[in-house]
Amino acid sequence: MNDMTHDSYTTEDGRTIGGVVMEMKNITLRFGGVVAIENISFDIREGEIRAIIGPNGAGKSSMLNVISGFYVPQEGDVFYKGQKRPPMRPYQVAQQGIARTFQNIALFEGMSVLDNVMTGRLRQMKSGLLAQALWKGKAEAEEVANREAVERIIDFLEIQHIRKTPVSRLPYGLKKRVELARALAAEPSILLLDEPMAGMNVEEKEDMSRFILDVNDEFGTTIALIEHDMGVVMDLSDRVVVMDYGKKIGDGTPDEVRNNQAVIDAYLGVAHD
Amino acid sequence: MFYREAGDFKTTYAADSQTFPIKFDRFRYYAVSFVAFLIIPFVINDYWVNAIFLPFLIYSIAAIGLNILVGYCGQVSLGTGGFMAVGAYGCYKLMTAFPEVSIFFHVLLAGGITSIVCVLFGLPSLRIKGFYLAVATLAAQFFLVWLFNRVPWFYNYSASGQINAPERTVFGIEVTGPNTEAWATYLFCLVFLTICALIARNLTRGTQGRTWMAIRDMDIAAEIIGVNPLKAKISAFAVSGFFVGVSGALFFSVYLGAVEVGEVFGINKSFLVLFMIIIGGLGSIFGSFAGAAFLVLLPVLLKNVLVGMLGWPTDLAAHLEFLIIGGLIITFLIAEPHGLAQLWRVAKEKLRLWPFPH
Repeated sequence: MNDMTHDSYTTEDGRTIGGVVMEMKNITLRFGGVVAIENISFDIREGEIRAIIGPNGAGKSSMLNVISGFYVPQEGDVFYKGQKRPPMRPYQVAQQGIARTFQNIALFEGMSVLDNVMTGRLRQMKSGLLAQALWKGKAEAEEVANREAVERIIDFLEIQHIRKTPVSRLPYGLKKRVELARALAAEPSILLLDEPMAGMNVEEKEDMSRFILDVNDEFGTTIALIEHDMGVVMDLSDRVVVMDYGKKIGDGTPDEVRNNQAVIDAYLGVAHD
Repeated sequence: MFYREAGDFKTTYAADSQTFPIKFDRFRYYAVSFVAFLIIPFVINDYWVNAIFLPFLIYSIAAIGLNILVGYCGQVSLGTGGFMAVGAYGCYKLMTAFPEVSIFFHVLLAGGITSIVCVLFGLPSLRIKGFYLAVATLAAQFFLVWLFNRVPWFYNYSASGQINAPERTVFGIEVTGPNTEAWATYLFCLVFLTICALIARNLTRGTQGRTWMAIRDMDIAAEIIGVNPLKAKISAFAVSGFFVGVSGALFFSVYLGAVEVGEVFGINKSFLVLFMIIIGGLGSIFGSFAGAAFLVLLPVLLKNVLVGMLGWPTDLAAHLEFLIIGGLIITFLIAEPHGLAQLWRVAKEKLRLWPFPH
């Protein structure tokens, strides 16, 4: 799949998948003697939903952390929009347009939902400290413009009723949605979702799946997600990377992956004789 | 019932993010400003100004400053006394070096100088957090006091080692020196407090405030959504330093007039301002006012009650005062760990529904 051409193509449901927007090349990440990721390469195309799956401890979250700049791999390169990305701090990666959510919710508990989502738009906030201190002209205009954008996302994710509620008072499922809203508010070119459906019941999973598909469909956002629920992954994603013990053991469409012997072995176990 | 927001609809986002979104609050603010600016100056006398109003106004500025750093940005500081000293000595040096410039600008510049010093001592915050940072700022406290004690240049080589505020005027009216009028000093400090409170509110309700709070609540998540931790922390130290410097400058020049640094700006001062924001409420501008009022007014009130009304000897009352205030602080913090501001919020919730329980 990786040596496919970079031409765009159209999926069965009529979405256009563009060229490669991010490419991981021979990434190796070690923590001391532990090899978390070993020589993995894959790419993410514009507009697609790309899943990363694998058993516990396979290195999926580490991979996401490499993409979002939290870990710097010892070997290998990350190419973003055709350019090799120099080592950079996570906030610089965010400013390039890569937003993410976390496996364990990482919202700002002391702030309201609205403020949380507004923090997602820091990339679009340009006014200086002095302008903000006076709250006149550019600062106020910027606040209002960004508020409008944020309100669209709040509408989109159906969290209008909790706009002013402190995040600490929300139940788990809503917190997950607020976190998605905060990531979306950045208008990212790549959205990374780390187990967006962990710990949810069936209805909440259905809601979340709907939101993920809608986001991809309406905003054309490229999404890379980690998920354990196989049904969800197979239904949502265009292409799947499978990892096990830090190695890539499969890459392709859901159907290809489902029939890959190495993947089946990793998930079901294999008799050693 | 008494406190309502029903029917108070917003039709623009600008209206929704204003300083007092609720009409009732807005009118209360206008009323308080009216009384503070147009009524109190006419009835104020020397006792009220020196015992209550000046300390309250000046400590409020310091508390707002520290609250931005500790309450909004989550960086603990025990160096407030030292930073106030920087403001005081900065103001003194400016007053004596440039006598022709208005004291108004001296105070602002002293704030600016403190801001720079505060940033310098805030640099360790990039590496260390919590208690360890508190200890690092404690070093600032002791170093700065030592510096102002030991380097004669700071006190213009005066024999006593003290600094004395020369007489300075604003619009021809004396605000520093021995011959000031009560209303003039009061208004001078009130203007600074108003400016500082408005700036603090503007900063905390907008992008900058959200950046600070993001760092406070979860610094790793903040960095991943695009907050530059260096800029966020340093800006908090800078803004906080400015306010604390202004309060130090006013404390020296307008309130005390003469300062011996170890006595006035010692570690006690740092703790006092820290207690103010803890009792008032971390992360709340109103809490800064409430905390300052609590710790300034309560001793005065107690002294008046114990000595004035009950006729106890002064020394006994002075010692009992410590006991009672200490006890009250503990009671308060057990009953409401989030301070007076939270108490006020709960009261508003109750008033909104009164007389119905739900």
